[in-house]
Amino acid sequence: MSRFKEKEACITGLGQTLLYRKPSVYPFELAVQACEMAIADAGLTPDDIDGIAAHRPGTPGVGDGMFAANPADIAASLNLRLTWHGSGDSAAQFSPVLTAIAAIAAGYCNHVLVWRAWGERWAPSYSRGFSEAGQAQGETSGRKSWMEPYWAVSAGNWVGVHASAHMARYGVTREQLSAIPLVQRRNAALNPRAIYREPLNLEDYLGARMISTPFGLYDCDVPCDGAIAMVISRRDLARDLPQPLVRFEAVGGGSQGRLETWVHRPDFPHMTLHDAAKMMWSRTDLTPAAVDTAHLYDGFSYLTLFWLEALGFCGEGESGAFVEGGGRIALDGELPLNSNGGQLSEGRTHGFGHLAEAVLQLRGQAAGRQVKDPRVAVAGVGGGYMGGCVLLAAGEP
Amino acid sequence: MSVPLARPLPMLTDMNRYFWCGGADGRLHILRCGACGTWSHPYVARCPACRAKAMSPQPTSGRAVVSGFTVNHQPWFPHVPVPYVIAFVQLAEQSEVQLAANIVNCAPEAVRVGMPVKVLFEQYGEIFLPLFEPAEAAA
Repeated sequence: MSRFKEKEACITGLGQTLLYRKPSVYPFELAVQACEMAIADAGLTPDDIDGIAAHRPGTPGVGDGMFAANPADIAASLNLRLTWHGSGDSAAQFSPVLTAIAAIAAGYCNHVLVWRAWGERWAPSYSRGFSEAGQAQGETSGRKSWMEPYWAVSAGNWVGVHASAHMARYGVTREQLSAIPLVQRRNAALNPRAIYREPLNLEDYLGARMISTPFGLYDCDVPCDGAIAMVISRRDLARDLPQPLVRFEAVGGGSQGRLETWVHRPDFPHMTLHDAAKMMWSRTDLTPAAVDTAHLYDGFSYLTLFWLEALGFCGEGESGAFVEGGGRIALDGELPLNSNGGQLSEGRTHGFGHLAEAVLQLRGQAAGRQVKDPRVAVAGVGGGYMGGCVLLAAGEP
Repeated sequence: MSVPLARPLPMLTDMNRYFWCGGADGRLHILRCGACGTWSHPYVARCPACRAKAMSPQPTSGRAVVSGFTVNHQPWFPHVPVPYVIAFVQLAEQSEVQLAANIVNCAPEAVRVGMPVKVLFEQYGEIFLPLFEPAEAAA
């Protein structure tokens, strides 16, 4: 038996709500629905769930905003009988996945429910943002205190600084970068859940208003409300469950360098995602050549380029040429990328959408956007001060 | 002198006061190891290079190089004119010491990766917020 215990765990259940550009359903209710769907999809009942984990746990009694479903509230609403709960913070939004695997490996539980639920549009503070009177006079602490005094309040600002360094060093152009949003929009046209499905061309991309260089509007993901849940199970128990087996081959979390800050890395413009990718490949005999489909975080388009390099799909500095024109990363290309349209078109699912799409592809359930017979998929989330990735495989080893 | 535009200001702690308030003497202060001379930022209690218990704030030259930047066009704050430049700069003393700051006294489109800059400060009470401007402009 491998000493890397993620190989003994698998994803048995998946539930995804619709994504709402306009706030329509209470985000906590979306979280409950996603959890119910995931449990049913696994062929289980709430009585079978003995562990839960969510990133981040949020606050009990708060059912909207960035962290819309606290574990205690979910456990109560589903009347779960738990032997363990935990969340973790070592692999960005995939942290609950890594901690669920650890809990299963330790024998704390058999079936762990994990979820990501967000109600950014519902939260009354969202649309007011920083225009709220007095916000600019506020105090900032922790990692943001190195950024916010400079009116650098968006991750788009922070990623943009990294992107500019990479572009200056390696000559990557916005025309090359455009392959990420344009290919993903073509994929989104095949995904009924995607918020933006109409065609997008290079002229639209280059003509869109600038947000924070090098990012125009179409380099930024689409805020929405929604929830995604999964059941992570002991692999030996999954054999009796209904869905095709999707198992963990390797996992990685970013935990090197100065945690909770990404201004201060000596290897700038590398980010925590580079650490996560390195950890993941250290836990498997597989190599990037084995990957049939990639699902890489695109909160801002350039993060996907950083992921492609960090995971070794191309060399350092080569990602612009790798994606140029979009053929290589198209659904029928050598490395299909973000087949659901990604967060740039489907919606801002906080990385769980990438993981969900990887599961659907490996199960052969991706309908009109199904990649041909994929056996291995990679999903990556985050980038800056936190990052996580998982290598998934279809079927028994 | 004009009143500076309001900003979210850092919560002062005993780990960061030397940095945010140190500009009162017109110089940028960074922790340096008294044993081996290594600079480190932000706060560490032991030298990351030699583990000595000898870190103390020391004035720097205030010279740096832009390592990356973004021109922000999105009006996050209604009172702040756009565009403005957010940059990371690496200190002349030791390039691994990198700070975020605005680049000022310079057109946004003139900022380049590799551009030499020097520190200046904007005062908010006891905080002297480090900003950077082109090194030539100061000559």
